[in-house]
Amino acid sequence: MFVRLIVTGALLLLLWLAVRKAKLVPGRGQSAVEMALDFVRVQIVEQTLGKERAKPFVGMFTVIFFTILAMNLAGVVPFLNIAGTSRMGLPALLAIWVFITYLVVGSRTHGVGRYLKNSLVPSGVPWPMLILLIPIEALQVFVIRPVTLALRLVANMMAGHIMLVLCFVGTHTLFLYADAVLKPLGALTFAAGIAITLFEVFVAGLQAFIFTLLSAVYLNFALDDGH
Amino acid sequence: MENSIAGNIATIGYGLATIGPGVGMGIMIGQTQQAIARQPEVAGRLFTNMLIGAGLIEVLALLGLVAGFLF
Repeated sequence: MFVRLIVTGALLLLLWLAVRKAKLVPGRGQSAVEMALDFVRVQIVEQTLGKERAKPFVGMFTVIFFTILAMNLAGVVPFLNIAGTSRMGLPALLAIWVFITYLVVGSRTHGVGRYLKNSLVPSGVPWPMLILLIPIEALQVFVIRPVTLALRLVANMMAGHIMLVLCFVGTHTLFLYADAVLKPLGALTFAAGIAITLFEVFVAGLQAFIFTLLSAVYLNFALDDGH
Repeated sequence: MENSIAGNIATIGYGLATIGPGVGMGIMIGQTQQAIARQPEVAGRLFTNMLIGAGLIEVLALLGLVAGFLF
């Protein structure tokens, strides 16, 4: 919980520093932040939703991406040591946000009845199959999508945290308390710990990317016309 | 002489849970590689699609992990 407050503060500070003296010709810090913002806008949102439709949602996905990225990176920062997203609360909140957004947006653009028909009834199947398919699709839209969205993030960060703890506790124990024969094994776990730390940095970026991308894809399903 | 292993069978559950997603990941990444080799100009688009697929497959393996904590 405290970690999240610190990370939020750090993120706000970073963004504030970047735009405090925003110039037309950006300096080094400003252009780095602008590149990151541009990455979310162009690579994730506009590529998935299309340039016109993406406009109202760029802000939302930018917030989601940077929140997750910053919270994830806290997992490898010394003395913070745990990702803000490795407890269920924050990912659940973000997933519910995405869930409600695509339901509301879908119902607004198509009307509730047509949106439900679009997303629940696949076209071009013989009608007896619909008895099977409609519950499956309903489960997919209302349960599986938001739940997996949150679960993927939590489980990834939790697994990463556990692996780091395992490696460094192993190092500690092997070096200090193990038999002399086993001590060299400590070097191995230490090296693995360093490698996993680097891997965690990669996973932090990847998970932020995947969460945002999948949210955009789900929103795209809601916006799309029926098949 | 007793050859027994003590412990809970559930311990190997997560190991089992990774098999299916592992196969799936392998097939998906391999196919993406092949597609990129055939058509390098759409590599970016293919890579993005691969990551979407990776996210969907990954959840299956992570369900095993979460189930381990729950039960």
